[in-house]
Amino acid sequence: MSEHVMSSKMYYGIWITLMVLTVVTAAVSFIDLGPFNTIVALSIATFKAILVVLFFMHVKYASEKLTKLVIASALFFLVLLLSLSMIDYLTRYLA
Amino acid sequence: MATAAVSAERENYLNKEYGIRSWLLTTDHKRIALLYLVSITFFFFIGGFMALLIRLELLTPAGDLVLADTYNKLFTMHGQIMVFFFLIPSIPATLGNFLIPMMIGAKDLALPRINLLSWYLYIAGGALMLYAMVEGGVDTGWTFYTPLSTAFSNTHVVEAGLAIFIAGFSSILTGLNFVVTVHRMRAPGLTWSRLPLFVWAHYATSVIQLLGTPVIAITLVLVVLERTLHLGIFDPNLGGDPLLFQHLFWFYSHPAVYIMILPAMGVVSEVLACFSRKRIFGYGAVALSSIGIAVIGFIVWAHHMFVAGISLYSALVFSILTYLVGVPSAIKVFNWTATLYKGSISFATPMLYALGFIGLFTIGGLTGLFLASLGLDVHVTDTYFVIAHFHYIMVGGAVMGYMAGLHFWWPKITGRMYPEWWGRLAALIVFIGFNLTFFPQFILGYMGMPRRYWQYPPEFQILNVMSTAGSTILAVGYLLPMVYFMWSLRYGKVVGDNPWGAAGLEWKTSSPPPTFNFDETPEVTWEAYNYDQIPVPKEAWLEQ
Ligand SMILES: [Cu+2]
Repeated sequence: MSEHVMSSKMYYGIWITLMVLTVVTAAVSFIDLGPFNTIVALSIATFKAILVVLFFMHVKYASEKLTKLVIASALFFLVLLLSLSMIDYLTRYLA
Repeated sequence: MATAAVSAERENYLNKEYGIRSWLLTTDHKRIALLYLVSITFFFFIGGFMALLIRLELLTPAGDLVLADTYNKLFTMHGQIMVFFFLIPSIPATLGNFLIPMMIGAKDLALPRINLLSWYLYIAGGALMLYAMVEGGVDTGWTFYTPLSTAFSNTHVVEAGLAIFIAGFSSILTGLNFVVTVHRMRAPGLTWSRLPLFVWAHYATSVIQLLGTPVIAITLVLVVLERTLHLGIFDPNLGGDPLLFQHLFWFYSHPAVYIMILPAMGVVSEVLACFSRKRIFGYGAVALSSIGIAVIGFIVWAHHMFVAGISLYSALVFSILTYLVGVPSAIKVFNWTATLYKGSISFATPMLYALGFIGLFTIGGLTGLFLASLGLDVHVTDTYFVIAHFHYIMVGGAVMGYMAGLHFWWPKITGRMYPEWWGRLAALIVFIGFNLTFFPQFILGYMGMPRRYWQYPPEFQILNVMSTAGSTILAVGYLLPMVYFMWSLRYGKVVGDNPWGAAGLEWKTSSPPPTFNFDETPEVTWEAYNYDQIPVPKEAWLEQ
């Protein structure tokens, strides 16, 4: 079993990072960055999600093929959701 | 006489332990399947009762039986209960749960406690749904469209949304369990190419449950948050987009139709092979078409939004992609038909339902292609044509498959046979009642009768009367099995391990099976559906 490859120190470190990034997101929302408002917020959120998936969900240390298959398919379907929705959003107001 | 049979009975999953505790704390997949069976039957009759009230209101052109607001709530909760609390769990959580471990020669699912947890989540969601219902109900339509659900409806949207959110996790856990089980627990020799098509169909279903359900769950949470905290996800005044809700909703809810229909297709494959005494024609194509349906099913969702204001270019793309999903579906129908060719066919009850499935699913599928075409869809969007189309898939397809499976495996589940004559009669009543209910709705829709209306112009009455008459016949067709299944628990003929002479590992263990399914792990050395090697049983229920 690959359960205990991470020290509790690392868990706390990542937890603190996540908390700090939450504060940053909140703080940034008070500054008007124009078109970058959404980009910055989404980038921070994505980074946090990656941290959670890699460390809290142990994906970084996953060796099982089945686990990798599940992650790959989940990502693939996320891409389908985003890209096919974008076909609508990017062309909705074309004349 | 019955007592003599019981005392001679060997130990099985039903008589091993008694008492409420032994059921509510069980981790036996077979007992959990029965817990699900009882629970979804309860919700089926609640949802069915609402359908009857809807049909009764539509008997006359005037809105005279219930208030307009009540009518809105009736069709909303009919849809929500039937979709999320009956159809989604129907075959997977009952027959799938019961049979998959046995079909692959395993003692249980890979995660037995997660399995029990999934039932408790289902019950928690169901209880919250019932609470929303008795508190006054929901009126948004089962689709929860924004801005109605977020800004205007003053009914119990939050409770219903959270109920479906919770029930969604029960569905995710069922899917997770099946994926892990099929990968990890197959008996020695049982390669992927030897798996029963029922298992293939459930594997494809599980992929949809795992990857699609989180999307609707979080979307309903967003609706709840927007409603309570006024987030601007869907509200254009705050920079949101109401169509985003429809994208997210249908990303799950179109594939959800395949959560309902794929397991039914799995049942049909098993039943057709058994009652034609033949291997399924094109086994590989039928198996892979399940995966094909699951994947392509995820890239067609915006066909629900052609008139909603999405871009014309994306509508074109989604229209073409929707036609594609007809290919794997047709592969199945053609291969099933070819299986019948030169088969030794007997029209037992499960076979009647399976044949009904093929016909009704084909009508439902072909009318789906009408709706996929951009021009025609404009004419029939939100009319009774759509209602008829999806009821042909969900009731004519999924429920027929469920009934086929329930009859086919009833002797395995209970150790007793249902009365075959009554079974055939009920199957016939269901088929007639179903077509009388829903075929007129195609015509009504084509003539322009909109869905979700409480009154209608008098010229639509004849077809509506036919439909209402059909629905009462259909109700009789569903009540009959309820009665004779209960009757058979006590009075049904006791059967042996394999009363149909069917292939498949589940028939190699006793009926009802022992708690751990097999006394020793079976070793598989044969291909699926080796009917040429299995003698036909000389049983009364197989006689014509
Ligand atoms: Cu659809």
